[in-house]
Amino acid sequence: MSLKHNNIMTKGLVLLGLWLGGIGSSQAEYKLNFQEPVTAVAREIYDLHMLVIWICLGIAAVVFTMMIYSIINHRKSKGAVASDFHESAKVEVAWTIIPFIILIAVAIPATSTLIDIEDTSDSDLTVKVTGMQWKWKYDYGDGVSYISSLNAEHNRARQRNSGIDVTQIKNYLLEVDNELVIPVNKKVRFLVTSDDVIHSFWMPAFGVKKDAIPGYVNETWTRVEKTGIYRGQCAELCGKDHAFMPIVIRVVSDADYKIWFVRKKAEAEIAAAEASADKVWSKAELMAKGEDIYKGKGGCFGCHGIKGEGIATFPKLVGSAVTTGPAAEHMKTVVKGRPGTAMAAYANQLNDLELAAVITYERNAWGNNASIVQPADIKASR
Amino acid sequence: MSETMTHDAHHEEHPGGIKRWLFTTNHKDIGTLYLWFSFIMFFVAGFMALVIRAELFQPGIQIVDPNFFNMMTTLHGLIMVFGAIMPAFVGLANWQIPMMIGAPDMALPRMNNWSFWILPFAATLLVAPMFMGGNFMAGQGPAFGWTFYEPLSGQYGHLAFFVFAVHLLGFSSIMGSINIIATILNMRAPGMTLMKMPLFVWTWLITAFLLIAVMPVLAGAVTMMLTDKYFGTTFFIAAGGGDPVLFQHVFWFFGHPEVYIMVLPAFGVISQIIPTFARKPLFGYASMVYATASIAFLSFIVWAHHMFTVGMPVAGELYFMYATVMIAVPTGVKVFNWATTMWRGSMTFETPMLWAIGSVFMFTFGGFTGLMLGVAPADFQYHDSYFVVAHFHYTLITGAWYGIIGGVMYWLPKWTGNMYSEKLGKTHFWLTAIAMNLTFFPMHFTGLAGMPRRTADYPLQFTQFNQLSSVGAYIFGFSQLILLYLIIKCIKGGKKATNEVWEGAEGLEWTLPSPAPYHSFNTAPEVK
Repeated sequence: MSLKHNNIMTKGLVLLGLWLGGIGSSQAEYKLNFQEPVTAVAREIYDLHMLVIWICLGIAAVVFTMMIYSIINHRKSKGAVASDFHESAKVEVAWTIIPFIILIAVAIPATSTLIDIEDTSDSDLTVKVTGMQWKWKYDYGDGVSYISSLNAEHNRARQRNSGIDVTQIKNYLLEVDNELVIPVNKKVRFLVTSDDVIHSFWMPAFGVKKDAIPGYVNETWTRVEKTGIYRGQCAELCGKDHAFMPIVIRVVSDADYKIWFVRKKAEAEIAAAEASADKVWSKAELMAKGEDIYKGKGGCFGCHGIKGEGIATFPKLVGSAVTTGPAAEHMKTVVKGRPGTAMAAYANQLNDLELAAVITYERNAWGNNASIVQPADIKASR
Repeated sequence: MSETMTHDAHHEEHPGGIKRWLFTTNHKDIGTLYLWFSFIMFFVAGFMALVIRAELFQPGIQIVDPNFFNMMTTLHGLIMVFGAIMPAFVGLANWQIPMMIGAPDMALPRMNNWSFWILPFAATLLVAPMFMGGNFMAGQGPAFGWTFYEPLSGQYGHLAFFVFAVHLLGFSSIMGSINIIATILNMRAPGMTLMKMPLFVWTWLITAFLLIAVMPVLAGAVTMMLTDKYFGTTFFIAAGGGDPVLFQHVFWFFGHPEVYIMVLPAFGVISQIIPTFARKPLFGYASMVYATASIAFLSFIVWAHHMFTVGMPVAGELYFMYATVMIAVPTGVKVFNWATTMWRGSMTFETPMLWAIGSVFMFTFGGFTGLMLGVAPADFQYHDSYFVVAHFHYTLITGAWYGIIGGVMYWLPKWTGNMYSEKLGKTHFWLTAIAMNLTFFPMHFTGLAGMPRRTADYPLQFTQFNQLSSVGAYIFGFSQLILLYLIIKCIKGGKKATNEVWEGAEGLEWTLPSPAPYHSFNTAPEVK
């Protein structure tokens, strides 16, 4: 009987091992502990984490051994007779004082790490990070500011019944269109805030997590010691697409950072010039641009559906009063948002041209047939 | 039973059928109602957990859309907390407190009836929005997490349903608590001083005060949400000068004591069970009482450890870290007491004892992860990850819920007059214990590796552990059908229980016949 049992146990363990090891071949590897720290803070946190684990395991060893010993030996079926001891001031004082001392031993390193984490002074570079449903905006000042959303291919794959095998997608859900780029070995300060609900900016390898809260500008910082690409996710439930707003940070050498920044700034200037030129755009141009924004950067499809059909309580755009009515109301809704609902104000997320394009698209796609909107109209409505 | 019915007939009418349950003022009937209500809610919320686990079985979205998924996590949490755990403890209190302190009934029987019958309406209001609108699968119910943080919850279309559901739940809890306090303070048998009360009664007395202190705070929070949404105030809306973080402070001022509201009565149950089956008095009765009171006090001054990442000043973070890890001291006292009570006892391992010992082991484990979470710098990594999900399921399932099931098994023979099947009870325990660990232990790893909680989909490196969790969850869920069968079987019949039921049991409830008479003690017993 016991032999048979052992057989089953062995088979089970082998199967479990095969499965844990085996499916890893087509999928990313699982981990048992924190991601490898790449900052001094993350290392301090890791050490603190391991210290507390060892203390807990030590206490567990004592308490559980005692309990298991008495479960095995002090049982009636073995003829154990209950003794009647109870109340002992000495013992009770000891098991109050000793844990207290252990806690102080934990609190000392924890305090110094915490003070380190919260010291944002003397930074070399500041990036403002704004969370919004469901993407991030990175603002470097000096005209460099862009939105970072989930990679389009991943976005298609993650739709229900997309027919795409997500296990074949590298870094599934952890790839964006525009990465956050920072220089290595520089103290980078992040100013973290939000445009709508609460998000949380989490980069596990850096030991950084800070909530992005509307009305607050939180501060945190990092100094990364190794170049590379690091991946994280929004950590605070922020609505339906909470799982789909990753954070990808590319850490580069200082020289590469400078080159990147100059290029990014030039791109931004060209786009701004194009948007503010008093050019009158054709309907076809606006529709093409608008579709890109609707399905990409603007993220409109996330709530209103890829064909404007609406999702859950979020309204459909096909034949709706707003999208087929007067343009002024439509512009107001998109530019200024609808307070008290999930409809955000896009005034600061998209430029005039992009707003004009996406509004035109919504008014003329999927069988809608209403007026087109020019960047100049948007400028006037702001 | 018929004998007691005739005995009671001269001063009380017993309507039959549905009227008996609608109009009852009897503590046992109401206790039964609470327990069955809780059991139904447990299956409803458990079913939702299985939807969650089915969706998370593999990466990608296969079964429900993210909004529906969020609705499942939200309602699973809310219903388990407010519909399953809390009513179950009030049910145990209703059945047991009068019997344990030598009283005929609860002090305020009509209010008792009312506080129960509010609950089904509250539950209906909570889940009703799920069925609104044309498309069920779109998920019209609340989908903002059980902590309903503003401003996300402010975006919810049917917010008023949620707010009034919480108000009703609050009324019910407060009335239940008033009743428990009035009963314990006024109706104890002669000779039963406070320091002679059974620990279950003590823990409930302290819990009732916690409830009265914090439920109004919760009511205040949801009322502010309501006026923000419908009447133009901006308590929590930054654009109007309000403060979204204020919401979290108010919520967790309720929320942290709430954690102990769910677990202290379970500590009480475990403190009844272990001495019985170890045939040895509790090691330190007085220190258990003081530890319970200390935990209750500390629970009021640690709330912001749930919000280390909101950007508090470093002094605030340090204070909340120090105060939080302090809770380990009185909690440790409890665990040490249980362990020393077992030490050199003469133990037997009937089903209630299995639940109690299982709880001491696994709740202690949840306590360790709690200590880890209390260390603020490390919490920055754990916060809002699956590590937290693992932690609070270890405390709530193996702490609170194990206590409930242990208590039900312990007192079921007293309630029904029949012994339950030990074989079924033990099978249920072991299946549940193994499945529980299979479900939640891997979540520590996914959390540490960086998986955020409340996500409908996940990156590929979390696949293996999520699959283990899902398999465990299904075993856990279906094992509970054994419990249902066991209870029905025990109500219908079985070996007759003696008055004492358990060899080592001490306390007034064991002096009553099994099943206990309709009015527990018509003449007060004398306690020496």
